[in-house]
Amino acid sequence: MTKWSQIFIKSNLLVPLVAIVLGLLCGALVMWLGGYNSWSAYSALFHKVFGSSYDIGETIRTITPLLFTGLSVGFAFRAGLFNIGAEGQFMIGMTAATIVGVKLHGLPAIVHAPLALVVGALAGGLWGAIAGFLKSNRGVNEVISCIMLNWIALYLSNYLISSLVLEKGQQRSEMIQESASLSIGWLSKALDNARMDWGIFIGMICVALFYILLWRTKQGYELRAVGHNADAARVSGINVKGSMLKSMMISGIFAGLGGVFEVLGVFHYQVVTAASPGYGFDGIAVALLGGNHPIGILLGSVLFGALTYGSAGMNFTANVPTEIVRIVIGCIIFFVASHGLIQMFLKPRKPGRKPKKKGAVDGGSDLGLG
Amino acid sequence: MDLISDLANLTNSTLVFATALIFGAMGGLFSERSGVFNIGLEGMMTGGAFAAAIATWYAEKAGYGGASPWLGLLAGIVCGVLFSLLLALASVTLKANQAIVGVVINILAAAITLYLVKIIFNGAGDTDILNEVFSKWAIPGLSDIPFFGKALFNTYPTTYMAYILVPLCSYILFKTPFGLRLRSVGEHPGASDTVGISVTKYRYIGVIISGVLAGIGGAAITLTTTGNFSHSTVSGQGFIALAAMIFGRWSPWGVFGATFFFGMAQALRNFIKLYDWSAHIPMEFLYMLPYLLTLLVLAGAVGKGVKGPAAAGEPYDPSKR
Amino acid sequence: MEQAVPVVELRGITKRFPGIVANDNISLQLRKGEIHALLGENGAGKSTLMSILFGLYQPDEGEIYVNGSREIIDGPGKAIKLGIGMVHQHFKLVQNFTVAENIVLGIEPRRGFSINYRQAHRKVSELSEQYGLKVDPKVQIQDITVGMQQRVEILKTLYRGAEILIFDEPTAVLTVQEIHELMQILRNLAAEGKSIILITHKLKEIMEVSDRVTVIRRGRVIDTLTTSETNESELAEKMVGRRVSFQLDKEKREPGPTLLQVNHLTLRGSDKGRNVLTDVSFEIRAGEIYGLAGVDGNGQHELVDAITGLRPIESGSVVLGGVDLTRKSVRDRMSAGVAQIPEDRQKQGLVLDFKVSENMVLTTYKDSRFGRGGFIDEKAINEHASKLVGEFDVRTAGIHVPMRSLSGGNQQKAIIARELTRDPQLLIAVQPTRGLDIGAIEFVHERLLQAKNEGKAILLISYELDELYKMSDRIAVIFDGQIMGELDSEEVDDEKLGLMMSGNRLKGEGGGAA
Repeated sequence: MTKWSQIFIKSNLLVPLVAIVLGLLCGALVMWLGGYNSWSAYSALFHKVFGSSYDIGETIRTITPLLFTGLSVGFAFRAGLFNIGAEGQFMIGMTAATIVGVKLHGLPAIVHAPLALVVGALAGGLWGAIAGFLKSNRGVNEVISCIMLNWIALYLSNYLISSLVLEKGQQRSEMIQESASLSIGWLSKALDNARMDWGIFIGMICVALFYILLWRTKQGYELRAVGHNADAARVSGINVKGSMLKSMMISGIFAGLGGVFEVLGVFHYQVVTAASPGYGFDGIAVALLGGNHPIGILLGSVLFGALTYGSAGMNFTANVPTEIVRIVIGCIIFFVASHGLIQMFLKPRKPGRKPKKKGAVDGGSDLGLG
Repeated sequence: MDLISDLANLTNSTLVFATALIFGAMGGLFSERSGVFNIGLEGMMTGGAFAAAIATWYAEKAGYGGASPWLGLLAGIVCGVLFSLLLALASVTLKANQAIVGVVINILAAAITLYLVKIIFNGAGDTDILNEVFSKWAIPGLSDIPFFGKALFNTYPTTYMAYILVPLCSYILFKTPFGLRLRSVGEHPGASDTVGISVTKYRYIGVIISGVLAGIGGAAITLTTTGNFSHSTVSGQGFIALAAMIFGRWSPWGVFGATFFFGMAQALRNFIKLYDWSAHIPMEFLYMLPYLLTLLVLAGAVGKGVKGPAAAGEPYDPSKR
Repeated sequence: MEQAVPVVELRGITKRFPGIVANDNISLQLRKGEIHALLGENGAGKSTLMSILFGLYQPDEGEIYVNGSREIIDGPGKAIKLGIGMVHQHFKLVQNFTVAENIVLGIEPRRGFSINYRQAHRKVSELSEQYGLKVDPKVQIQDITVGMQQRVEILKTLYRGAEILIFDEPTAVLTVQEIHELMQILRNLAAEGKSIILITHKLKEIMEVSDRVTVIRRGRVIDTLTTSETNESELAEKMVGRRVSFQLDKEKREPGPTLLQVNHLTLRGSDKGRNVLTDVSFEIRAGEIYGLAGVDGNGQHELVDAITGLRPIESGSVVLGGVDLTRKSVRDRMSAGVAQIPEDRQKQGLVLDFKVSENMVLTTYKDSRFGRGGFIDEKAINEHASKLVGEFDVRTAGIHVPMRSLSGGNQQKAIIARELTRDPQLLIAVQPTRGLDIGAIEFVHERLLQAKNEGKAILLISYELDELYKMSDRIAVIFDGQIMGELDSEEVDDEKLGLMMSGNRLKGEGGGAA
């Protein structure tokens, strides 16, 4: 298959790699300015990630939500939409799974857990579909509607949790029923009680589905055609409105799944929070770094998941505030998004007009706003 | 309690909450009118709030007294501008996707400010409470007017600045050559370019003004409402400002109306706590009101649908003119 | 010949873009008060050259002299300062600004910090009277006609004191009437001492209005001639590089049965509720090319959308081969035999970032031969694409390269290949030769005639009357969403069409119905 290998050709790989290096350098610079030893900080990060079997397990746990939101954002990008709303879809998916997980009693695990999973995924999908509907039927720019929907999702989730399943005297939900759990006990035991669940495995299946759906089916052909050129798709008889709706729905399902595993697999309860967890925004970083290709997204989520989990080690060992990793991640997205800058570094001898480019954002680069 | 007095208090409190939003939203307005979509407002306001807290804290330790918050305000502007330069560099010069750069600014601002706070305050997640913050000024004469005196003329200097800002922005955008050129760059950069107006220059100016105003907006929160800086100081005000800009349909007076309304939604949260029946109202709905309304306006469910400046969001590529 | 110093002299201008030399050592002199036509095919390098003169591009080599002194024109601002003004083909007007705001933009009259609108309005009115360019300074651009917008563009340059005016294909968007007016405006301007460069590929206009003409081919100057000493066929030959026959062998044959029936079609506009099509009726028979003339924006796009199903209609019906398509979806109509060569091939006809092979099945990928059960059979698609590329001589580096990498002519060939091999009953071709060079134009015309001879019904929509004359069996004119009349190709002439295109019904015709 040519496609699988294409991700590894030089031009696709170079920009993200340079961006990662520059991002880490920026982080080192910031640490140096703050009076920290960046070398020991980074090695503390590394040791934290690979230090023990527990840490490896927990790193995988951190990777999982990023993989899902990365797939979510990347899928939408492929369909020409900028899903900045993975954050909200994640929240809604989580909330729906929590409610189903807590409220339903007496179901066998074989029914309860999958049911909660499906409900959560669909809830995320529907939340995404709202933005898709507003875009296709009312011409509302999805970036703006997604931002609004993120906040609405946060407050709606808080409201639902507090009014339906609140644990008395606490700012969190009751625990989900044992039968709704998607944790894997034996694996956790094998990895020193790291919180392991089915998320990473379902995530890998989603990676494959992402590829098959987009490049091996007629449906995917339509979604990509709409993503690249909605006008031409319409003239060719493709239902553009339906496509946008489907794309956002599928994208939302990916994000919703991330939320599902966060509660059914990891925490088993949901907290009433003042701010959403930020996985959706990190998903943008993951998708961009991965060039919106499923394998790239997988690699991107591994990197950012490791960085995020490892930051605790930096804090503990080298006393560096964990925010440094957020700075590194921010810088990496900045450099990927401004790939013109990197290309300038790489080919300093080529002056003049830039050739017509379709860069890392690919299908997502023509985001007409307004 | 006296209803008139309550209403005056509510109006006063509304305007204080609206102040940060007015500055933020006007900032967004200048950026978008020049053609640069700015979802980094939140980050720029965070930067402003942070810098104001730190500068004021150092100034009051250095004995600047009442001048401290003014220095803080200045620092807020500088910090807002720094972040706006990042947006301008990436989205105007490097033609990066503006929405993504906005996300980057939000991530970086949240991280860098907290990183620095932890360094300066030995690992604490928030700054010390400031002593020298803005206090309310009663304007002699005007503050004695019944109702209006209490509602409008006994408030913070930043709110007075906001009063002036709205007509000023309206004048600049719609009556001056600068405003005409700025808007032309946001509507049809090709038209501006071919009459010798530099698209790059005007977009930089628009984005930098955005940074100045958002910086003041963030500083206003620290120096009037919260009195210190933590990760939750700005918490979404930048996004509400963005919503207000859209809800106000990209016009200064419309934006003022929207910020007043959203400011009231915030003031009401504190206000209705005074009443017993408030326990029955889910606060979450007041919180989500600005976003919900903006979404409805965008969808055309409330009034006619709205469109922003025609060229907002697109990098200008002269070879396609 | 002894001459005063030319107002503009270009010496040895060369401009390279990646993979192409757009201008190759071009030299040109513009005399004061002359109308100098710049003639060349699409892509010959005319617009690049003028963009260099206007400061939009920098030349790689060569020098520019304005009034005898060497100048580096590093931007439009500098060009304007030197008295050079450009009327662009695609107007550079801000839609929601007023006429006056557009004209004064960049050099606004002031009073204190404010724009002095009273003075702006007065100045615009004065200029418009002086040059006979009627405009209302206070209305918004989005509310005025295309002809008036062009006058605003001209006023923009005059307001900036332009002495040298460049017109880039100015007649492309105008009605016959407006073209006459523009020619008069050009003469007036020249009489006032302005020097004019007129970029065009229309020989008639050159003969009518210009003093001299420079012919450019493939980035090189072929010749500069005095207009009164040359003729259309000489110019055409120099432009194309070989003799061109203006006549095509249009076989006269008896058309077959009626294939397409459009009955009393009425369509409401999306915003204002005004009709964009009113009671449009016509028929096209098998083996017939039906030409539709009219100025852009008179309902052509809406008509195409109504027939292809892209826009719902208010009333009326569309019948193809006896099947009523009125309520059918775009895709159902396509399977019923409707095919389209869209006007904007890059925007509507192709997905430029898709591979050539993927583009070749854009309208047929649903067929079971390209995969069953919702999956894609890549092998079948590749085979199909290779076949089409070979048969229609699409020049490409392969079927796996992005469509973006093909030239305009080959992109158009790809669309024609895709649509004709679907064997449709009805082919709608909108401006099928726009922006193509002569070779590609001939290819397209041949294929259309071939399709006609195979018995397809063809609706040809074009703004180039010559193309319609050459190709059509019958020609109708659309104006303001109504059919003004219909003529056999033998009985048409410019005058009749011109009258209809500006809103006069053909004498002896009752209504819009044919």
